[in-house]
Amino acid sequence: MKYVDEFRNGSLAKRLAATIVREADTARTYHVMEFCGGHTHAIFRYGVQDLMPANVRFVHGPGCPVCVLPIGRIDNAIELAERHGAIVCSYGDMMRVPASERKSLIKAKAAGADIRMVYSIRDAMKIARETPDREVVFFAIGFETTTPPTAVALRDAKAQGLKNFSVFCNHVLTPAAIQHILQSPDVRELGTVAIDGFLGPSHVSSVIGSRPYEYFAEEFQRPVVIAGFEPLDVMQAMLMVIRQLNEGRHEVENEYVRVVTREGNLKAQALVAEVFELRPSFEWRGLGEVPYSALRTKDAFADFDAEKRFAIETKKVRDAKSCECPSILRGAKKPTDCKLFGTVCTPENPIGSCMVSSEGACAAYWSYGRFRQGAPRRAVPAQKEAAE
Amino acid sequence: MCLALPAEVVSIDRDKETAVVALGGVKKEISVALLDELSIGDFVLVHVGFALHKVSPEEAERTLKMIEEAGEDPLEEIGA
Amino acid sequence: MTIMTRFSSRIDMRAGAVDMTHGSGGRAMAQLVSELFVRHFDNPLLAAGNDQAAFDVSAGRLVMSTDGHVISPLFFPGGDIGCLSVHGTLNDVAMSGARPLYLSAGFILEEGFPLADLERIVASMAAAAREASVPIVTGDTKVVEKGKGDGIFITTTGIGAVPDGIDVSGDKARPGDKILCSGTIGDHGVAILSKRSNLEFETEIRSDTAALHGLVADMVAAVPQIHCLRDPTRGGLATALNELAQQSRVGMRISEPAIPLKPEVHAACELLGLDPLYVANEGKLVAICAGGDAERLLAAMRAHPLGRDAQIIGEVVADDNSFVQMETEFGGSRIVDWLAGEQLPRIC
Repeated sequence: MKYVDEFRNGSLAKRLAATIVREADTARTYHVMEFCGGHTHAIFRYGVQDLMPANVRFVHGPGCPVCVLPIGRIDNAIELAERHGAIVCSYGDMMRVPASERKSLIKAKAAGADIRMVYSIRDAMKIARETPDREVVFFAIGFETTTPPTAVALRDAKAQGLKNFSVFCNHVLTPAAIQHILQSPDVRELGTVAIDGFLGPSHVSSVIGSRPYEYFAEEFQRPVVIAGFEPLDVMQAMLMVIRQLNEGRHEVENEYVRVVTREGNLKAQALVAEVFELRPSFEWRGLGEVPYSALRTKDAFADFDAEKRFAIETKKVRDAKSCECPSILRGAKKPTDCKLFGTVCTPENPIGSCMVSSEGACAAYWSYGRFRQGAPRRAVPAQKEAAE
Repeated sequence: MCLALPAEVVSIDRDKETAVVALGGVKKEISVALLDELSIGDFVLVHVGFALHKVSPEEAERTLKMIEEAGEDPLEEIGA
Repeated sequence: MTIMTRFSSRIDMRAGAVDMTHGSGGRAMAQLVSELFVRHFDNPLLAAGNDQAAFDVSAGRLVMSTDGHVISPLFFPGGDIGCLSVHGTLNDVAMSGARPLYLSAGFILEEGFPLADLERIVASMAAAAREASVPIVTGDTKVVEKGKGDGIFITTTGIGAVPDGIDVSGDKARPGDKILCSGTIGDHGVAILSKRSNLEFETEIRSDTAALHGLVADMVAAVPQIHCLRDPTRGGLATALNELAQQSRVGMRISEPAIPLKPEVHAACELLGLDPLYVANEGKLVAICAGGDAERLLAAMRAHPLGRDAQIIGEVVADDNSFVQMETEFGGSRIVDWLAGEQLPRIC
């Protein structure tokens, strides 16, 4: 696969690792937050941490739209199918996230609700066209990467006069989340969470450009290097952060130049602005209410807003008491710091969102990395799960 | 977040704003409504059935070179 | 063999559909059995027309296995539920080192299921059984009301005989053993995904569904003291390895670059966010043998058409946690863990 395989080259990785070892100052530690859940997944999947010296640490951030979606919103999605009889179309990522009353989209589907997994919002629109007598709701999640496709679909749905299609919008914004983390007392005042620099998200940046990060580099005096998605990209970007820190710089640099520009995709940005507006506030699971951090559809698209169409009310649902997801999402704690990790909370029985998404720090650590520290032995599953 | 992959544009349907892209022998029809000016042979970043951005071959080369150079051991160079 | 000719007219296989009478035990069912199942499966034991098949077996160890098949879609590139149900059970029997002898087939049909599709499936089963030289000697048919079944469910049971001196079992892996894989992984799962309506690809990938007992016979002849055999079906290679590690109370270290993988399967998995290690196979096996036997076993596998792409993919190590660890193509290390439920495509 062109432009993919080259950036997974193991021998280049070894050489880069040697350079990082050479250039990392042994007198200090480097804590670099990879904001994007996709990076978390890549780091664990390829074992990138193994190639880093001990004083270079990844701090896993909250850039996992599945992890940060509040339980109440998933309840709403299930409600749309169960109570309103709509065909609810969802990306695969959301299907297993546990909601209230031990339900999930996949369990509701097994119990008879018409919930369908799709790869793209275009598939959902196709379903809407093919079943004009049924309401079809698309469960929209994701950061700025995933928002423009929803915007295109809404624009097209309006232009086509699609009467039975709507979107349940849960799109969230990256800069708002980064801001929230950097402003939290842990980071800003107490210094209990050390974040020396950031690896910026790959594909969010392809849409929004590198410009929005300039504020953070300046205001919080920390380097931001936008990193590509492949493991070599992550390592190269890490080297660039280390160099900035060694040289006392705090700039925005771009490792992912093959896809990211300073301006981003202006056409996509304009379309998003045409269809969506900022919510004054939105609850992020684990982070609480974050101002101006999420989107809803504009009035001009009210017909296609599932929240208005079905008069959806979102309840606040509290997470399990001992669940440390809030701290883990902020980088303040590690999965192994959580009492529930590996005991009550496992991928088969996830309590918090960090365990349920393949990008959540807990899931990634459990599935890929726990063999490193004599981690708990996994209990034998009583029986293999039957088809779902 | 955001699983996205570079794929090669194999055919374009300007009326429908779609294109067929190929990656490692797999073909898929995607929307190119988020891009202007596209040509067959271009590479695009694909996410949830949409092309988000073109992939620049020159910048890809440049990045690989940068990575290769970063991996060079200065001691090796002088034959130490 | 004689096809019963006591019915007034032939069943319309082209345009007809299954109805409740076909399962009721009366004339309609007898006609369906005769004109469809017996005609295609075509062997003396079945043609005898009894409710059971009686046969002699040589002394020694017998193996029995059963499998229910509920796959959707019913027809996919490279196969269908029919041949899948035959191959699946033949393989389960073969994984003990046994030579399969006989198969049975039970059908649960949904009212309204097109007879043309049923005939296509049955013909496919017959062809698979013929090719494997293992007859389907007894069976059963039931019909359920419309809405109570997914078109067709097939249960196959197989018996086989274990040659003397062969003792293959999942708990026999030992530190120092080598792990072999018979060919490319993930082909079947990706072939299925390419047909599911919500996810469409135009790939050249066909299911690898195949009967492996011929390959197993060659392997067991070359290395009679094989420790373990397992065919990685649902849950993929990762699940099979974890099962064996758990059963044998050992750990495993495998190498990602060594695992055979077709480029198109790799690309399809990347696009969907799937890990090929967890994608289903239907014509592959994992073998574990003593380190010193590995090269000989590999050669035997590669000499067989179904083992052409076989590789040694890793080794067994001592590990109280029974972890399966993998050295990635990138050089780092990760666990290959149990799957938590079926792997779903992701966008993040």
